[in-house]
Amino acid sequence: MEQYAIQMKGVTKRFGAVTANDHVNLEIKRGEILSLLGENGSGKTTLMNMLAGIYFPDEGEIFVNGQPVTIASPKDAFTCGIGMIHQHFKLVDVFTAAENIILGLDNKNRLDLKAASRKITEICQKYGFHIDPDKKIYDMSVSEKQTVEIVKVLYRGADILILDEPTAVLTPQETDRLFNVMRNMKADGKSLIIITHKLHEVMDVSDRVAVLRKGQYIGDVATKDTTPQKLTDMMVGRAVTLNIDRPAPENPKPRLEVQGLTVFDELGVKRLDHVSFTAMGGEILGIAGIAGSGQKELLEAIAGLQPLQPGASVKFTPPGNQPVELVGKTPLQIKRAGVSLAFVPEDRLGMGLVGTMGMTGNMLLRSYRKGKSFFTDRKSPKNLAEDVKERLEVVTPSVTFPVRRLSGGNVQKVLVGREIAQEPAVLMTAYAVRGLDINTSYTIYNLLTEQKMMGVAVIYVGEDLDVLLELCDRILVLCGGQVSGIVDGRTATKEEVGLLMTRFNKEGGAAS
Amino acid sequence: MSSQLIQLFQSAVVFGTVIMFGAIGEILTEKSGNLNLGVPGIMYLGGIAGLAASFFYELNNPAPNPVICLILSFTAAFLAAALGGLLYSFLTITLRTNQNVTGLTLTIFGGGIANFFGGGLNIMAGGVGQISVASTSAVYCAFVPGLSGMGVFGQLFFHYGFMVYLAIIIAIAVRFFLVRTRRGLNLRAVGENPATADAAGINVTLYKYLATCIGAGISGLGGLYYTMDYIKGTWANDGTIEALGWLAVALVIFATWRPVNAMWGSYLFGLLSWAYLYIPGLGRRTMELFKMLPYLVTIAVLIFISLRKKRENQPPASLGLPYFREER
Repeated sequence: MEQYAIQMKGVTKRFGAVTANDHVNLEIKRGEILSLLGENGSGKTTLMNMLAGIYFPDEGEIFVNGQPVTIASPKDAFTCGIGMIHQHFKLVDVFTAAENIILGLDNKNRLDLKAASRKITEICQKYGFHIDPDKKIYDMSVSEKQTVEIVKVLYRGADILILDEPTAVLTPQETDRLFNVMRNMKADGKSLIIITHKLHEVMDVSDRVAVLRKGQYIGDVATKDTTPQKLTDMMVGRAVTLNIDRPAPENPKPRLEVQGLTVFDELGVKRLDHVSFTAMGGEILGIAGIAGSGQKELLEAIAGLQPLQPGASVKFTPPGNQPVELVGKTPLQIKRAGVSLAFVPEDRLGMGLVGTMGMTGNMLLRSYRKGKSFFTDRKSPKNLAEDVKERLEVVTPSVTFPVRRLSGGNVQKVLVGREIAQEPAVLMTAYAVRGLDINTSYTIYNLLTEQKMMGVAVIYVGEDLDVLLELCDRILVLCGGQVSGIVDGRTATKEEVGLLMTRFNKEGGAAS
Repeated sequence: MSSQLIQLFQSAVVFGTVIMFGAIGEILTEKSGNLNLGVPGIMYLGGIAGLAASFFYELNNPAPNPVICLILSFTAAFLAAALGGLLYSFLTITLRTNQNVTGLTLTIFGGGIANFFGGGLNIMAGGVGQISVASTSAVYCAFVPGLSGMGVFGQLFFHYGFMVYLAIIIAIAVRFFLVRTRRGLNLRAVGENPATADAAGINVTLYKYLATCIGAGISGLGGLYYTMDYIKGTWANDGTIEALGWLAVALVIFATWRPVNAMWGSYLFGLLSWAYLYIPGLGRRTMELFKMLPYLVTIAVLIFISLRKKRENQPPASLGLPYFREER
């Protein structure tokens, strides 16, 4: 039996003048988990898309189980036993899980959802996950949707699974569960390729690591023979320090005093329950919590985007000025007062940026109110765009190039860069590094620290506990819309924060 | 039951059948994500092609065979309308032009072409209003034999040509196709999220082309029914087909993209459209106000749906958007 499940030889893909993959050779063995590592825009997703039949290689050969194959469409990929779980889920929202899973399979004309559900349940039992085949996708959490995606490819009989940043949107617990499923699949003889930016996950789950840099294949190492530091050096091509510089806050002053914020969503569910805290100027306040614990609502409530229950108070003290009450003010007034919200949503283009505009146009969106004249000022946004491009190393042909054609990580750099450039007195960011590679993430951490040293009160909602503990001065932990604790970022442990994250869970009993 | 009510019911069914064809075809099209605003133009194309085919056949045959009359006009109408759909598909799917603009121009194009040839036929027939395709029209107008004589019941339900029942059959068939077959599921996926459908191995382009062409063909039958039964086999360039076409588009929204809703909705629209004739004391001006009823009802339904916030009642998610695989 052939040892390799897939061999790619000299595969090249170009987009116009850009070479996304340059004569890449990649192999994956049977029953192996391979991590594919590289910075944003290094061509990982492009390479995998060629296996999934989304793109067609310009040059090179692909062998599956030793046989040369042509993968011209997703259908060909299924025939070869290759299934890909994309970073942006490919699911139809108004369909049920079962309908999504059998989509595009054309064995019979009649739609037999019952038989499909049976087979889905079998697959779930075999690998140890759970989904309800009749649940609609729009009712599902991100992790459930991902499970549907995985079952979808298994249902099609895939032996080779490609997961593109599967953990970017999962909680630590969900990630552990996913990794267990992956190990079960590996034990079953399946080959898995995982793309991730989180090095501790690479170390945790994979057998071998392959590294791409700027479209070129740098090499591969067995996971047990390497360290995160070595991998980063391979990825970036030079030695990088993986430490976040955390200077002690200088002369912190209360900047934002939040009292008794309670928010109900449109369905009448309580999202925030009497949240009170104080954010200091000159420090980074981290906000930790399981996804959906009220992080988004908290930031939006402060920014004036959520209707508040009576009794709430948000007292904002601008540097060298008298405190003002923000509750009751419009989002625009709050923004003008100097409270800025940089929210990086799951859908980067959906909220915050206009896809068909270039960087300049998107900068203009934030600054057009500043001008006094009737005509828009195009010069300063252009300078700002150039500045962001340079500082955050945004890969774009020009600042007028439509942002929707940039890669995901680059889009995010534009979004974060713009918010930081507003020079606010309070900077709120959510998931600022979601999907960004290590190098860029650190650039952003440093930018936030820079803001902090300038006396800004930074509120950072993050997903990665390791980063929160390295970056933040204090960490507020949310659980089910309540503040379950505020800990010191320098002395707290990961376990301590993890416990606080689940403190008010129904299983765990009421808060003490 | 008073004869006036029976008459209202009958006119509502006849009126409704025209727009039911239009709407069912458009539902099929829109389920593929193509918003074809060319429905009025396509109905024009179907109407004129069916009329022209039977006109030339009857002109050259002193004793026309009813079966051939039927096959010729029906096929011509369906094909001409499907060609309109093909033109739209080529422009929007292959060349990726804007769907709204393309659809609107198709409406103008269809109306122009149809009235041009309609005028030509009029001249050949010897003057305006002289076109007659009596044999063909008779086939379309023939009531259900036997059953139509059964008193009020027969008057209400069987006093129509076969196209009335065909419309219902097509509506049910389209529903069955969309809900109960794998291909229907695939088509809905294409309209909701083409990238997903593509990744699942569905030929997005093929589905879009077929749904749009067959949908246009079905819509075109509405035009055929209008010329053959509604105005009894002549041509009128008074713009009625266009008005009916827009009503069909409104009906698609009213029906929340469900063929069965479109079925009863079309008859309701028919009732509302004719209601002014049966409301006493309306002058020529106030009459026009009542003709707005179908549109008002559509807006009311839209408001109601938007308040209920149910995802299933929303238009196909990628309706009106072009799809290109290698674009991010």
